Amino acid sequence: MDYVKAFLVGGVICALSQILIDRTKLTPARILTAYVVAGVVLTAIGVYGPLVEWAGAGASVPLFGFGYTLAEGVKSAISSDGVLGIFLGGTKAAAGGITAAVLFGLLTALIFKPADKS
Amino acid sequence: MELTPKEYQSMVEKASDPSPLWKDMVVAFLSGGAICLFGQLILNGWKNTGLEQKDAAAATSITLIAIAALLTGMHLYDKIAKHAGAGTLVPITGFSNSIASAALEFKSEGLILGTAAKMFTIAGPVLVFGISSSVLYGVILYLAGMF
Repeated sequence: MDYVKAFLVGGVICALSQILIDRTKLTPARILTAYVVAGVVLTAIGVYGPLVEWAGAGASVPLFGFGYTLAEGVKSAISSDGVLGIFLGGTKAAAGGITAAVLFGLLTALIFKPADKS
Repeated sequence: MELTPKEYQSMVEKASDPSPLWKDMVVAFLSGGAICLFGQLILNGWKNTGLEQKDAAAATSITLIAIAALLTGMHLYDKIAKHAGAGTLVPITGFSNSIASAALEFKSEGLILGTAAKMFTIAGPVLVFGISSSVLYGVILYLAGMF
């Protein structure tokens, strides 16, 4: 059942995002940036947490999920570390993803050849 | 065959509009849904190794990012993305692709100012505004907790 939920929710999020690509002039950079910020906001107002609980990867894999991870990280760090948690919580929670993206990006550049432009 | 200019115009529009919105949306739904389904498969796999929810989610992100970077290096991700649109952009694999493809493409400008600098063309703004908004949320939470 969790596979069906993940497919449906993830699919709907991507289908709705397609409207932004086709009908607006928003570049991918702007869309991804907006989605992470929206993920933080939706988590802050209590909407995204329940969706992640319900849809699993369907909600955590789209980039809103990155914002969710940042916001949840800040929240739990504040309750354990106090004011310092404001600075530590977000990136601590997202550390795995950020490090992986940078490392595997670098490895990709080192190992593979750029596309043939001709 | 005789055509009025108006008929001709509508024929041209039909032919030059290769992807109507609904069709793009269906493809994005299927491809994005498939990536999330695959993500759920990995998530459950990590949970089965004994990781708790939070760690399993982090491990899933790392796994998806690694796979997307590999597919980018093999020039497969961009081929799929051409058709899948939002379906491959919006999942975290799209974030990974934005870094890996820039890192690879600008390799010719050197490892420092090419690969390392250009990999953040899209990821940079995502991190700047994502982290900043989470700090803002933290400040609000902290102040709200004081009263």
